[in-house]
Amino acid sequence: MVVSCEEVWREISNYLEGDIEPGLHAAVEEHIRICKHCTAVMAGTKNVVTLYADERIIELPAGFDNRLRNRLEEHIRPSRGTYLGWMIAAAAALLVVGSIEVANSAPYATQELRLPHAQPGKNVPAQMVVVVSDDSKLFHTPGCRFIHDKAHERNLTASEAMHQGFTPCPRCLKKYLPDVAVFRPVTPDVGELVRLAPVQSAMH
Amino acid sequence: MSAQTASLNPAPKSEEILIRRIQDGESELFYDLIKPYQQRVYATAFAIMRNESDAEDVAQEAFLKAFKHLAQFRSEARFSTWLTQITVNEARMRKRRGRSSVEDPMTEHEDEEGNYTPRDFADWREIPSETLERKEVREKLAEALAKLGEKYREVFVLRDMQQLSIEQTAKALGISAAAVKTRLLRARLMLRDLLSPGLGGGWSSRLLFAKGNKPW
Repeated sequence: MVVSCEEVWREISNYLEGDIEPGLHAAVEEHIRICKHCTAVMAGTKNVVTLYADERIIELPAGFDNRLRNRLEEHIRPSRGTYLGWMIAAAAALLVVGSIEVANSAPYATQELRLPHAQPGKNVPAQMVVVVSDDSKLFHTPGCRFIHDKAHERNLTASEAMHQGFTPCPRCLKKYLPDVAVFRPVTPDVGELVRLAPVQSAMH
Repeated sequence: MSAQTASLNPAPKSEEILIRRIQDGESELFYDLIKPYQQRVYATAFAIMRNESDAEDVAQEAFLKAFKHLAQFRSEARFSTWLTQITVNEARMRKRRGRSSVEDPMTEHEDEEGNYTPRDFADWREIPSETLERKEVREKLAEALAKLGEKYREVFVLRDMQQLSIEQTAKALGISAAAVKTRLLRARLMLRDLLSPGLGGGWSSRLLFAKGNKPW
């Protein structure tokens, strides 16, 4: 089979695609072998196909991905009521409840970790007459030698004193306070030290 | 090239699963589904619109439409072809609305049924792919592509740049496979003529020389 230049040009695409019947394929090859023009056209077309297959020819503009994401986010609301959504909500709720539980649990909530004199005087008889003075936050048994500013002392019941924010004197009311031995500072961690700091400074 | 092939053919199984999950309501997965197709959709839009900002608008719009109509997508079609089809429709619609002022120079004197006669017979040596590392060459290729008439650009971009099959290209463009083949041949020959002054001589020999090979 002999083919003309025009026929070769018409078949170039099919030839490159491999979509050409064997007889014609052989005829095209034979023609190209002897025709300089058709060799040039074939080689050039092959180059065109090869070069344009590279996706760098049309590159995505800088920032395309970000702008697309933003556009999608504006229009696509996250699904509601999906299993995943409910799992996230449940996990968040558990986290809140869990945090509260942890905050209320030992060691943070144990009264033993506080210094004895900072304990509310819950064991002090409510109706017991006690003495307070204006420049101290402690209440005492009458006659306690640790009462500050004796000129301005006044009497009231332990219940009233505690109601007004006074705490029992760790000396004269010691017997009503938790035994010091009960105080178990089990190697306080940093968090506990921070919590203890203001109480200690109030002592001095 | 292998990265390109991989990006064009994401594992169909996982893609199918993603599509089903999005159809079932997990819309936040849509981005994962379309991420591998960003370049394809943009390039398709660019081939028709011929400018960056319109192409980006079209691409974004096409993705949003794909999301909106995902419920209608049937798995017997390929997602990539479906997405390309949406992009082509969106770009054509936009083009009709805005009626681009840029004329397609190579649509003149075209007779799709007639034969195309090459104008330039300069011999091309094989062009190494490193040539494309030069921005100047990439720009020349993009410029030449922009000079093709729209119907040739569309076919060429889908088949030769996005590597769709003849049938997929025909489906995406809504034309026959025979029309794809005819337009593809013309597009390739026209591009060759447009690029011959550079690629047939100057650029490639300069590159070969730069690489230490004697061009004589």
